[in-house]
Amino acid sequence: MEFVPTFNALRKNNKKEFSFSKKKKIAILGDSSTQFFKIALKGYGIELEVDFEIYEADYDMIEQEVFNLNSQLYDFEAEVIIVIPSVEKLLDKFYKTSGDERENFADLIIGSYSDIYQTINKNTRSKVILFNFASLNNSVFGHYGSKVRSSFVYQLRKVNYELTNLSIDSDNLFLYDLDLLQSRVGYNFRYEAKFHVSSKMVFTLDILPIISKELCDIIFSIDGSKLRKCLILDLDNTMWGGVIGDDGMEGIQIGDLGIGKAFTDLQYWAKELKRRGIILCVCSKNTESIAKEPFEKHPDMVLSLEDISVFVANWENKADNIRHIKEILNIGYDSMVFLDDNPFERNLVRKELPEVFVPELPSDPAEYSSYLRNCNLFETASVSGEDINRTKRYQEEAKRVSVKSSFSSIAGYLENLNMIGSADPFDNFSIPRVAQLTQRSNQFNLRTIRYSEADIKNICESDKHVTLAIKLKDKYGSYGLISTIIGEIQRKELFIDTWIMSCRVLKRDVEKFALNQLVEKSKSYGVDQIVGERIPTAKNVIVQDHYKNLGFIEKNGRWYLDLKDYKALDCFIQNEDKITV
Amino acid sequence: MDRNEVLAKISEIVMDITDAEDVVLTNESVPADVEDWDSLNHIQIIVGIENEYGIKFSTPEIQSFKIVGDVADMIESKLG
Repeated sequence: MEFVPTFNALRKNNKKEFSFSKKKKIAILGDSSTQFFKIALKGYGIELEVDFEIYEADYDMIEQEVFNLNSQLYDFEAEVIIVIPSVEKLLDKFYKTSGDERENFADLIIGSYSDIYQTINKNTRSKVILFNFASLNNSVFGHYGSKVRSSFVYQLRKVNYELTNLSIDSDNLFLYDLDLLQSRVGYNFRYEAKFHVSSKMVFTLDILPIISKELCDIIFSIDGSKLRKCLILDLDNTMWGGVIGDDGMEGIQIGDLGIGKAFTDLQYWAKELKRRGIILCVCSKNTESIAKEPFEKHPDMVLSLEDISVFVANWENKADNIRHIKEILNIGYDSMVFLDDNPFERNLVRKELPEVFVPELPSDPAEYSSYLRNCNLFETASVSGEDINRTKRYQEEAKRVSVKSSFSSIAGYLENLNMIGSADPFDNFSIPRVAQLTQRSNQFNLRTIRYSEADIKNICESDKHVTLAIKLKDKYGSYGLISTIIGEIQRKELFIDTWIMSCRVLKRDVEKFALNQLVEKSKSYGVDQIVGERIPTAKNVIVQDHYKNLGFIEKNGRWYLDLKDYKALDCFIQNEDKITV
Repeated sequence: MDRNEVLAKISEIVMDITDAEDVVLTNESVPADVEDWDSLNHIQIIVGIENEYGIKFSTPEIQSFKIVGDVADMIESKLG
């Protein structure tokens, strides 16, 4: 579930002073106590900076207000009328219905809601939001009730089903599916008997904020002020398990491999959204050709390149890439949703583009799908056929608009992350992870030399090697061991045998931090020159300018750094050892 | 359990929900002593106390509350 404020917080909103230009008149009609509901809805509006002017009819006056054309309801001229019948009252009515009428109970109820809607629709321009009924078995027939037409369970289900049909046939009628919410949060979360008995309340204070949020989803999709149109997807560990650049086509988890089902499910969901007319885009830190490969060749991929309107894979920051996507699509940031497993990217986008909605994806991919379903990200008030060609139209537009090179500085963001790094020689704890990095990393890997744990142990024990295991943390948490360097001392020179970094921490100056540490270490060994080399592979294109960017000078295919004049490079990572408290 | 602590906690909850200031409840206090302690706020105060102490009051128990001391008695007996 997406975060919603508590009832108490919403209540306090009611007492705040505010003046919002966006106003909306809403009428509430219920057959239970609606006072708390009114407070919650009003308070939620204030969260969204909307001033709800609310008319609350007296308790249990739905029919009286609707069928009396001189009632206050009609004077009020609401834009939206919310009708809240309760299953508790429905059961009362059922008990008062005579035995022979019970088989027709649902038809009678539907007839009366149909009349209510027709009367409102004939006499106002209001939209009507009608609650359906929360499931409840009065347990007179036990499970057998489903086989008995005159049972309450049978008639209740029929009412809910027929309400959906009524809403299909009624342009200005929208159903609020309370029953689905109750099946998600549970009966005991929705209802507390003692407050029903004593105060005619059918909603707990805990469920009211969720109902208010979902009603606002509906209200603002009806008036079109909040319609999300576009889903922007990260790839590695969001659309598939693993890192395509490191794990390769055979290694990424999708389909039956590993926990691939979690990602396959998410892809199916995205594909369904695309069918409905939601624009899908990709925004990934990857080499474009590598990122596209699974879409083109992996047999278990659900999404194909034809499903993606704009495909952006590069090593630039994601906020700028989303700006680029916006330029192509020409839609508002507030109609975009960005999915990414990485908290760093999420927070960057939230900070740079606060209008883009960025769900806080659970850390366990198994929970992605259910979490996103509960967020209700893509509420709509209509569907049309013309959405189908949209993807192709945007694909063509994407070819015309090339990625702008004026990428904004994210220095301020990096500074605020309070990054702290450490660089220590390998020890028994870091050896397995270092070996794993040498075996698995393909992209930020200068020479792609693979080592076993035993090899790394030997290097550790040799006095000819300088080793660095680099860890990083920031205010959001620890990234663990994300980079490693192995240097070999050859008299007064240090040759960089291995330099690897996880792409998760790209563009955060980790390489500058690492070089500063390496230089310091090297000097203590009496080294006056560091030598680097890149052995090109199909996958390590991103480090082709690595040494050049760090100030090394090229001679005959190797890169040299003179330590005599070396000045520590500026970076936003503090050294853990040097932090003064 | 210290009665003064319980009364202070109830006072705090009542102030939070009624927005009244400087409420110092005693055993003998009644809702009418506090402005805005109406029936609507009463429900929130009950829920607030239940959540604070992780307890639940039954309908007859809530009906039996006449003075704040009754509520404090009930809290103490439920917490053992």
